[in-house]
Amino acid sequence: MSAAEEVVAEGHQAVEAVPKRAMTLGTTTSLVVLAALLIVPLFAKNFIIFQLTMLLIYGLAVLALNILTGGSGQFSLGQSAFYAVGAYITAVLMEQFNINYALTLPVAGVICFGFGFLFGQPALRLSGVYLALATFALATAMPQLLKLNFLEHWTGGVQGLVVTKPDAPFGLPMGQDMWLYYFTLVVVLAIYIFSVNLLRSRSGRAFMAIRDNEIAASSMGVNVALYKTLAFGVSAGITGVAGGLSAIAVQFVAPDSYNITLAISLFLGMVVGGVGWLPGSFVGAAFIIFVPNIAEGISKGLSGAVFGVLLFLVIYLVPHGARQVAIVSQQLIGKFKKN
Amino acid sequence: MLFGRILGTAAVVTAVATITSGAALAQKKYDTGATDTEIKIGNIMPYSGPASAYGVIGKTEEAYFRMINEKGGINGRKINFVTYDDAYSPPKAVEQVRKLVESDEVLAVFNPLGTPSNSAIQKYLNAKKIPQLFVATGATKWNDPKNFPWTIGWQPSYQSEAQIYAKWLMKEKPDAKVAVLYQNDDFGKDYLKGTKDGFGAKAASAIIVEESYEVSEPSIDGHIVKIKAANPDVFVIYATPKFAAQAIKKAAELSWKPLQIVTNVSSSVGGVMKPAGLENSQGVLSATYGKDAGDPQWNDDPGMKKWSEFVDKYMPGTDKNDSYVVYGYGAAQTLAKVLEMCGDDLTRANVMKQAASLKDFAPDTLLPGVKINTSATDFAPISQLQMQRFKGDKWELFGDIINGDVPPE
Repeated sequence: MSAAEEVVAEGHQAVEAVPKRAMTLGTTTSLVVLAALLIVPLFAKNFIIFQLTMLLIYGLAVLALNILTGGSGQFSLGQSAFYAVGAYITAVLMEQFNINYALTLPVAGVICFGFGFLFGQPALRLSGVYLALATFALATAMPQLLKLNFLEHWTGGVQGLVVTKPDAPFGLPMGQDMWLYYFTLVVVLAIYIFSVNLLRSRSGRAFMAIRDNEIAASSMGVNVALYKTLAFGVSAGITGVAGGLSAIAVQFVAPDSYNITLAISLFLGMVVGGVGWLPGSFVGAAFIIFVPNIAEGISKGLSGAVFGVLLFLVIYLVPHGARQVAIVSQQLIGKFKKN
Repeated sequence: MLFGRILGTAAVVTAVATITSGAALAQKKYDTGATDTEIKIGNIMPYSGPASAYGVIGKTEEAYFRMINEKGGINGRKINFVTYDDAYSPPKAVEQVRKLVESDEVLAVFNPLGTPSNSAIQKYLNAKKIPQLFVATGATKWNDPKNFPWTIGWQPSYQSEAQIYAKWLMKEKPDAKVAVLYQNDDFGKDYLKGTKDGFGAKAASAIIVEESYEVSEPSIDGHIVKIKAANPDVFVIYATPKFAAQAIKKAAELSWKPLQIVTNVSSSVGGVMKPAGLENSQGVLSATYGKDAGDPQWNDDPGMKKWSEFVDKYMPGTDKNDSYVVYGYGAAQTLAKVLEMCGDDLTRANVMKQAASLKDFAPDTLLPGVKINTSATDFAPISQLQMQRFKGDKWELFGDIINGDVPPE
């Protein structure tokens, strides 16, 4: 059984292994979603725009995890560490070296790619829960590493760093929030298209072959070690870009923003969105952003418990997450059309 | 005749002046979040996550404003207290504060808790010119009216407290050889700076050891052994509760008995003194500004009686030994006072102006003699503390109220 499918509770009819095309949305649906993403901010309050920006950013981080787990079948509870590195690189470059925010993102992506690739090397020997544990250690260590004395000159230590929000360029008549939203949307779209194509490419097939059966993959000539670390690197790189975007949107970085809770939230977002289904990443991100707020609205003292119950319901009713909902609704529409 | 005419003119002028000023007084001025019937106040608290113990503060404040509303509100207006969970996470704090400001449209943000969360929202609130009132953190940086005119602190800053220890030592133990143990972060460093400032020119000669530890260290025993080797006679512990308990305990194990001072943050009887061993904690010094609800000496205190009645009626079932309930009450009372002083001018600018014009205000829960004073250049409301000594199983206050005003940098 593949690692991706192990997540899924037993006793339910397994959804077919994800074929390449099912990893994305149909053309019509994609265009509708894109149009909505483009138009909605024009009519929304700044606060809603900010939330949508955060949704895109978290969605990007979940997408990165999805490539790793859904694509190559490796677990990671350490995504918060890459996210933190990306956020700090952007914040430090912007505030201490006065580099344009747009230029900091590729830097964050490349450094995180390297970091993830290197971390993937020792992690190669580990699989399943052991790998999850190793990455977990990375996530727990990161906030403390960021507080280290010799880094404090740049990182601001425990106090963190305040980041200046960029204005819209070329005198465009839009607020900071709206500009940042469209900027994020462009970055996210680019990475999304890259990811879809990556998974459809030779490398993507290699990832999935490793996910489904490592021995078979290697006997077919796939360089298992290389592709496993590559998956780690790509995932870390994308997470780093997401972290960088979050530093700009939140305007503040501090070690305690990037603790293990964030890593678990991202993991949760992936499961809720559907492991291996890229558009689901954004549904998962919406879940981790909005459901805690809903839970808090129901009961302040028991918000954690309410969140738990809601999560439990989702996992119990739709174990494959948003992907299952999408498949079921597609089938319903198909039936409707036949009739 | 001429005189009469002048008098007449003067009378007319006065009458006109009275009418116009009367009109000005009666004119109500509002910013977003205030109306004839309601004042909307926002707040963020860690109701979940690692610091959820502080959540009680938010619940107390909610209950306090419920009490105010039942009694008719402030100048006839009800307080609508909107509080959200930020889980002690800075990104979440930004999201929730933006929700308060842009979606709920509150007049001011009151008592947001935690240094990281407040750092994250400070720039945003100051840019939007929205009061960030009485932040619940002890960092010294909140007293900076020049750069952040919309942010004001409440509790004594760490530096104020440290200055008070230094001042007390210089007076009572002029030849002290002081060892300082501090946590290697903003919290510990604030304390260290305050101590040095308090000693002034004598700092270099008085402080013979400065030893820091990392929060990540499992045990700080090694540091204590090292400090003891330098043979100081005063041991100042600027540590969070777990480490403070370790330090007191280790010193006793080494049968080392210097004069020990522990920060107010780590003065909890249940959280520090008992784990360190009551017999080891005898004679340890600290300082405080609020009344301890568990201390019988306040049983007949009118302020604490009011507090106790409030808890019984509005927060039944709450543990009265929880110092955060006392804290929340005091902070909420301060806000109520400020809103009362605003009268009918409920603009954000006036709220900030009144918050910076508190004179000798004494909430029910502060020690007798500790008073809140603010001005356009002093955004540190509480800056007085009193020394206390641990005896038996509780703290005993002694000496005078000491001032530790730290000027903004």
